[in-house]
Parts: sequence; structure tokens; C-alpha cells
Amino acid sequence: MDGIRELIRRKSASIALIIGVFVFWEVACLVGGISDIVLPRPTQIIASLIEYWPAIQPHAAQTLFTTLVGFAIGVVIGILFGVGIGSSRLAYDTAYPLLVGISSIPKVAVVPIFVLWFGAGTVPAILTAAIISIFPIVVNVATGIATVEPELEDVMKTLKASKWDILWNVSLPRSMPYFFASLKVAVTLAFVGSVVAETVASNRGIGNMMMVASSTFNVPLVFAGLFILAGLGVGLYALFSLAESRVTGWAHRKDLAVT
Amino acid sequence: MTLAPAVVAARPEVEAVAQKAGTSPLVSHVRPFIEFEKVSVRFGKGDKQVQALSETSLSIREGDFVALVGPSGCGKSTLLKLVGDLLKPSTGHVFVGGRELGATPIRIGMAYQNPTLLPWLSIRDNVMLPLKIVPPFRSAFRAKRKGEFRDRADALLAQVGLAGFGDKYPWQLSGGMMQRANLCRALVHEPDLLLLDEPFGALDQFTREELWQIMQELWMAKKTTVLLVTHDLREAAFLANRICVMSARPGRILDDSPVAFARPRTIDMTYEPDFVALNQQLRSLIVEARGGTGIVQAGGH
Repeated sequence: MDGIRELIRRKSASIALIIGVFVFWEVACLVGGISDIVLPRPTQIIASLIEYWPAIQPHAAQTLFTTLVGFAIGVVIGILFGVGIGSSRLAYDTAYPLLVGISSIPKVAVVPIFVLWFGAGTVPAILTAAIISIFPIVVNVATGIATVEPELEDVMKTLKASKWDILWNVSLPRSMPYFFASLKVAVTLAFVGSVVAETVASNRGIGNMMMVASSTFNVPLVFAGLFILAGLGVGLYALFSLAESRVTGWAHRKDLAVT
Repeated sequence: MTLAPAVVAARPEVEAVAQKAGTSPLVSHVRPFIEFEKVSVRFGKGDKQVQALSETSLSIREGDFVALVGPSGCGKSTLLKLVGDLLKPSTGHVFVGGRELGATPIRIGMAYQNPTLLPWLSIRDNVMLPLKIVPPFRSAFRAKRKGEFRDRADALLAQVGLAGFGDKYPWQLSGGMMQRANLCRALVHEPDLLLLDEPFGALDQFTREELWQIMQELWMAKKTTVLLVTHDLREAAFLANRICVMSARPGRILDDSPVAFARPRTIDMTYEPDFVALNQQLRSLIVEARGGTGIVQAGGH
């Protein structure tokens, strides 16, 4: 009972803060007389969300689609690379500098190249989302795998466990908390990737919609696009947090110990 | 196989010790289970090279309980790793069951000071882990994990005083309890050889003594060959049939003495004059071994 009350108290504080920010925003715009071309009020943004919803909806679906497909590709490649790099000292030392180099390229800069190769549209958005989400996953999975206790590895080796046995029974489960932590980062990054690509080279998606809206000075619609992106991002973050607590509850035992 | 007579003949003093000790007359004529033949181990290269083990010869009979003691860094753990096939000798040979290491399909159980239980598995699943990996249990694991294997794990847990803890998770257990579970994991696949590297080192004295007694019971019931590395001389004398004292680095066997106290031994026995005398004798050997290196290093040899 106390646990539930505690939970409500914690949640209600963050909900109050969110509402408070919006109220402050609304009041500040009204009192300061800020034009809606500069900064629309939240109520105006929500009004235009409702007004343009039939037009917004396919764009939102497109962005969600490109983000998730790109993210899925990023996760698969990220796990493969992470396992490869984490399992071997040699691979780690060899591949790490290249990875750091690739990751330090601003991903916006690769969009024109993808457009050149694949034409404007869905494919560059998917690829940008994928490439931007790979790095955190690779690094985290590799860390989880490379930091298995040497004593435990010895125990497994004296049991004549194969590399695959060790990977499947020890290294992979052990890297799950790292993996899920990176998923939450990667999924929000994937949104950045797909929206940037849509903004630069696409005629569909929230990024493109915001470009078009801003060129016609429909500022409330631009902000409506931001709200949609925030909503999608938060939704996916929450989804992966839930999956994380299901799969890797053992790594967050303090939460369990309270109940 | 052809090597066996030569090997035994080359080490009459070991056989003599074994016979004098009379700890296990039935197997004293049988070829040793583990055999080190002038084994050296060096780590690194050039100036940074460290000689961890120097021309060590040692033989251990099947079913024996041997403790290795000696100053820190003397290569005790290196010796253990050689037997576990985690390390290759730089020179010399290690034979297990009469065949060169690696060629022999013996089952080994191992326990370190750090219990390294997997935090995402229950204690029972942790204990059953070797059954999932080691043949012949491996092929039957899926079919028997909810039946025979589960019962076997529970029986072992009960033997070490952890009955009813199978469904708990490692973080819910104290250090001593985790170490008991660790012992179960090392024993569940009925190993031919048990390698223990200071398994009780991180425990308080009372928990440690309790675990010595449990370890003794387990050994008396199964007569698994055990190689125990320890810093604790009382522990060595309480548990082992034979204590090998190693010199400071580069390590070699300085002294090899039988422990003749009758089993089951009790904690009270460790305070009796005979036992204390043995401890003191071992202690002075190790003190000498440590001092010895100091002089050698000062002399620049």
C-alpha cells in the first residue's frame, strides 16, 4: 500500500512539473504578448494538431515507420558488431578506432550521400536512422561482453564450455542491462536520424511536414510536428524501459527489494 | 601409457612419502592421477619476463586431498590453472589420468574465492549450470532440468545447508551462502577433480570453519581428487591429506608432508598440540621461503 502511494507521489510530481511548464509557457506568451509566428501558445499548437490531424497522421506514420525499420537494422548490426568486438581483444583493438571515427561524423552530412545513392525518400531516412543508432549499441554490448569476470570464464573453460556456450549462457545475458540502456538512447537517436533525413530529402514524414509548414509560416503546425516527435520518442522510450525491467530486473534489484 | 613406469621410477621419493603416510595404501601402487614433470611457466618476454613456476614436479594420486600453501605470488594459482588446462606450461609436461593435458576428457570442477554466481539465475539454476554444458549431462539437460537434475541440485544444496534456498537469487544470500552454492556448482557434475583456489578466503572465521566441515563431509562422501590452494595453514591442515609448501617466486615444491590426523576431523582438533605443531612447522617453512628470496634479490642473483 505504501509502495503504491509512494509511486503515485513520485509520478504526480513529474506530471505536475510537465503541466506547470505548459501553463507557464501559455501564461508567458499571453502576458508578454508574443506573436504566434515567433512562439505559439500550447493551446494553439494543440488546436492545430486537431485541425490538421488528417494531414499529419500519414506523416507521423511514415516517420514512425522509417525510424523503427532503421532502428531495427541498427540493433541487428549493433549486436553483431558488439558481440564480435567484445569477444576478442584483437577485434576490439582493431575495430574500435574505426568505429569512433565513423561515429564522430555528423550524421546529417551522410544524408546527401544516401540521397545520391538511393534517391530522395524513404531509404535515406531508414539508413540514417540505422547508422545513428548503431554506435551506442555496439559500444554497450561490447562492454558488457568484454567485462565478464575472468574467474567465471575460467570456471566455464574448465567445464570445457565452447565459445558459443560461454556467449549464450554468460556473456549475452550479462550484457543485457548494457544493451537495454543503449536501446533507450539509440531509439531517440534514430528519431533524430530519420527526421533529419526527411527534412533534407523527402516529401513525406514529420520532418518534411515541418519544413513545408515553416515555409508557409504556419508556426503552430511546426510546433505540432515537434509535439508529435516528442510523443513518439517518449512512447518508444517507455516501451523499451518496460522491456528492460522485464528482461533485466535482476540488475535493478533495489527496486525489487522495496516490494 | 608407455611413459608411466619411467615417470613413477623417476620419483621414488614421492612414492616413499605416500607409503610412509599410509593415507591410502590401496592406491599407492597405482600410477598418479595428476603428474607434473619438470614444469616451468614463464609470463611475458625479454626483461619483463616473470618466471612463475620453475621445474616443478609433483604427483597426486586419485582420491587424494592435496593442499598447496606458500608465500603470495609463489605460483600456487598458476599450478592450479595448469591442471585446469587454462594455461600451457612453457616447458615440461602435465599428465592427467596418464595422458598429456588436453587429451584427457576428465571432468573438472572449480571454485574461486569470488563466487561468480550468475545474478540472473536462481541459486538452483546456478548450481545446474555445469549440467547444461558438460557431457553426458548436456544432452539430457532439456529433458531432466525439471526432474532428476533439479533434484540433484536440491540434494546438493541441502548437503551444504542451503535447503529451501534454490529459488532465491544470489544477491539475496550472504557471502558464506554464496560460497556454499559455488561449491555445489563445482560438484554438481560429479567431477573427477576439484580445483579450489582460496574458496573460503573472503569469509569470516566462523563461516569458514563451518565450510571446512562441510567440505570435509563432501570429500569423505565422494572421495573426489581435490587440489586446494590456500593461505590459511589451519585450513590446509584441517582439510588435506597432504600439504605441499611452495617457495617464493619462481615457485617450486619445497616440502611435501602427509597429514595423518584421523577423519572426521573437528575444529577442536585444530587447537591440539599435534595440530599446532604441524602448523608451526609449516609456518616456519614459509617464513624461510619468503626470507630466502629477500636475500637472493639483495644479492642480485
